[in-house]
Amino acid sequence: MASAGGRHLLGIKELSAQEIMLYLNSAGSFKDILKRDIKKVPALRGRTVVNLFLEPSTRTRTSFELAAKRLSTDVINFSAPSSSILKGESLLDTALTVEALGADIIIIRHSSSGTPHMLSRHLKAHLINAGDGTNEHPTQALLDAFTIKEKKGGFEGLKVAIVGDIIHSRVAKSNVYCLKKLGADIRLVGPATLLPEEFSELGVNTTSSMDEGLDGADVIMMLRLQLERQGKGFFPTTAEYFSQWGLSRKRLEAAKRDAIVMHPGPMNRGIEIASTVADGENSVILEQVTNGLAVRMAVMYHLDERKDQ
Amino acid sequence: MRILITGGRVIDPSQEFAGRADILMEDGLIKTFARDKKLKGEDLSGQDRIIDAGGMWVIPGLIDMHTHLREPGYENKETIRTGSLAALHGGFTTVCAMPNTNPVNDNPGVTEFILKKARAEGNARVLPIGAVTKGQTGEELAPFYMMREAGCVAFSDDGRPVANPIIMRRALEYARGLDALIISHAEDPLLSDGGVMNEGLLSVTMGLKGSPSIAEEVMIYRDIALSELTGGRVHIAHVSTMGGVRVIRQAKERGVNVTAETCPHYFSLTEEAVSGFNTHARVNPPLRTHKDVEAIKEGLKDGTIDIIATDHAPHSRAEKISRQFDDAPPGISGLETALPLSLALVELGVLSEMELIRKLTQNPAKALRIDGGTLREGMSAELAIVDPQRRCVVEAGENFISLGKNTPFDGMELKGAVIKTIFREKVMEWQRA
Repeated sequence: MASAGGRHLLGIKELSAQEIMLYLNSAGSFKDILKRDIKKVPALRGRTVVNLFLEPSTRTRTSFELAAKRLSTDVINFSAPSSSILKGESLLDTALTVEALGADIIIIRHSSSGTPHMLSRHLKAHLINAGDGTNEHPTQALLDAFTIKEKKGGFEGLKVAIVGDIIHSRVAKSNVYCLKKLGADIRLVGPATLLPEEFSELGVNTTSSMDEGLDGADVIMMLRLQLERQGKGFFPTTAEYFSQWGLSRKRLEAAKRDAIVMHPGPMNRGIEIASTVADGENSVILEQVTNGLAVRMAVMYHLDERKDQ
Repeated sequence: MRILITGGRVIDPSQEFAGRADILMEDGLIKTFARDKKLKGEDLSGQDRIIDAGGMWVIPGLIDMHTHLREPGYENKETIRTGSLAALHGGFTTVCAMPNTNPVNDNPGVTEFILKKARAEGNARVLPIGAVTKGQTGEELAPFYMMREAGCVAFSDDGRPVANPIIMRRALEYARGLDALIISHAEDPLLSDGGVMNEGLLSVTMGLKGSPSIAEEVMIYRDIALSELTGGRVHIAHVSTMGGVRVIRQAKERGVNVTAETCPHYFSLTEEAVSGFNTHARVNPPLRTHKDVEAIKEGLKDGTIDIIATDHAPHSRAEKISRQFDDAPPGISGLETALPLSLALVELGVLSEMELIRKLTQNPAKALRIDGGTLREGMSAELAIVDPQRRCVVEAGENFISLGKNTPFDGMELKGAVIKTIFREKVMEWQRA
């Protein structure tokens, strides 16, 4: 493949627009495979993929596991409750052990930002960041971009509103970097305690007004609200939160008629999004899940090619 | 034994002297400081030594009022032996050892242990700083009088702030009785709230918790106000922010007796150094922005910041390189790069040679009310010979004597190198690549 990417997928920050498009285009081909009767290809037969998930996750881990299986790899799941991390082994030692078992690709999720970056200085296996602290969640941004491209055809000038707890959201950040590189017009919406001014230095608009943020939007991306933030002074009550930043049918009217509504899941129905919207005709939330498989297959496929860099 | 240093350019702020001078030392003391005349080496015997310092600077041994020697308790990071040798390697002949050891230096027993060990090693003068509160927990005052008798030269809970304002008030009042200096680690912990780097665009985009510069500014303001209220002397450690410099400047303008230090990393690096999750650039207070760096230089220039200290904070290799950024301990191993990094201030026109050396010798001696930092006749023979032109690449793994190889300056070429350090009767010659 012409585009020279890195050996790892650590974040969207490190990618060029060209490389993002490479993943999106390949994901299209993999999505076709997923529609076939036999959904498995021998592309990575004999390779070993390890899911090293040190933070609770079912959706993302399952998605990576299935994507790896569709590529005919052997998959091992290594998650926090059963791991030797609890027995006092350092994360690095655990990762080195996993690599010594023959892992070709390690998919890492951890609550500390920069964990995959630290591991990349010690490991030879390809690393895929499946979410690190409040830094990035690159495959989520790629699957979101893929979904937008399918629904809207392109990105240039597209009005995208991202709503909620921006500061703590690795999904929001990866999406900002990704959609910005692809030419979209981004508005970030949320209470000022969760939306620092600094974001405007990235060339995106920031507002605490939902009506202003949603005005004429083509895409609305809702974020999951971490309920424990309530006790830390970021917002007073979930009722007030929903009244100002929840996506109701009424609020949705400010956006374009054919706007798509996205959510990375899992949703807090009635807190950041009304059920009628989550299940409504504008929602593409379940399609995001399906597209996640195709995107993750594409990422593993391309990283595997980059053996000798 | 006598040692004659001849032909060097001597810079001694305590005598307001910068120029050619010869220095004769005998039995560990400075015997003759010859300003104009050249001392003849003829009456020296075979056991005596003549050092030709042509093209070199000869400066008083530097005083670091902010060093973590880690012993007792954290000997995997540093020991009194390695730390004091690293000090000599960096041109420092006096280091003040911060009390955040294990056990904490909060009683005369620990103070005596440190002094005894340091004397046995005989490298550099080690002056302990006692804790302000027992166990550095910020709750009960440590026994200042007994610790001072044991040899503590100041008191600080460095590494942690004294969060409770009433405890800081009592500490300053109590310290006034023995004219002791309280060194403030100025950080409001409720505002810094577990931040691991400077708060700003970079912390947001790296997903790391930011510590806002006002956490420092607010605490400096509090401690200066408490010093004015009580008459106790306060010294502000490791100033890193523009706001901090401003608050100290205003206090000095209205005549408050406050002193302040900064560290080489705060005028040499910005927060950009943490990019890529570089744990070697994790330090507390965190590296700040370009604006802050400029304000620190301005503060050094106009005298708001009196002192350059290292905040030498050695850590083991494993703690820094195999941990995630937010889990790696903060700190930079600073003794062996401080002088060349500081010399850059002369090159940049921020400080004259005299003012720079003053901030590394006479000013810390004055703040601590200790002797040293001078080449006056009759004083202890403690000095460094520096080649101001020599360029060296920092190779911590190869060249540091400190056990702490943790430095964001690794691999950088710095100008200026300590060639020899004389500590009383000991002459250390350093091999430089």
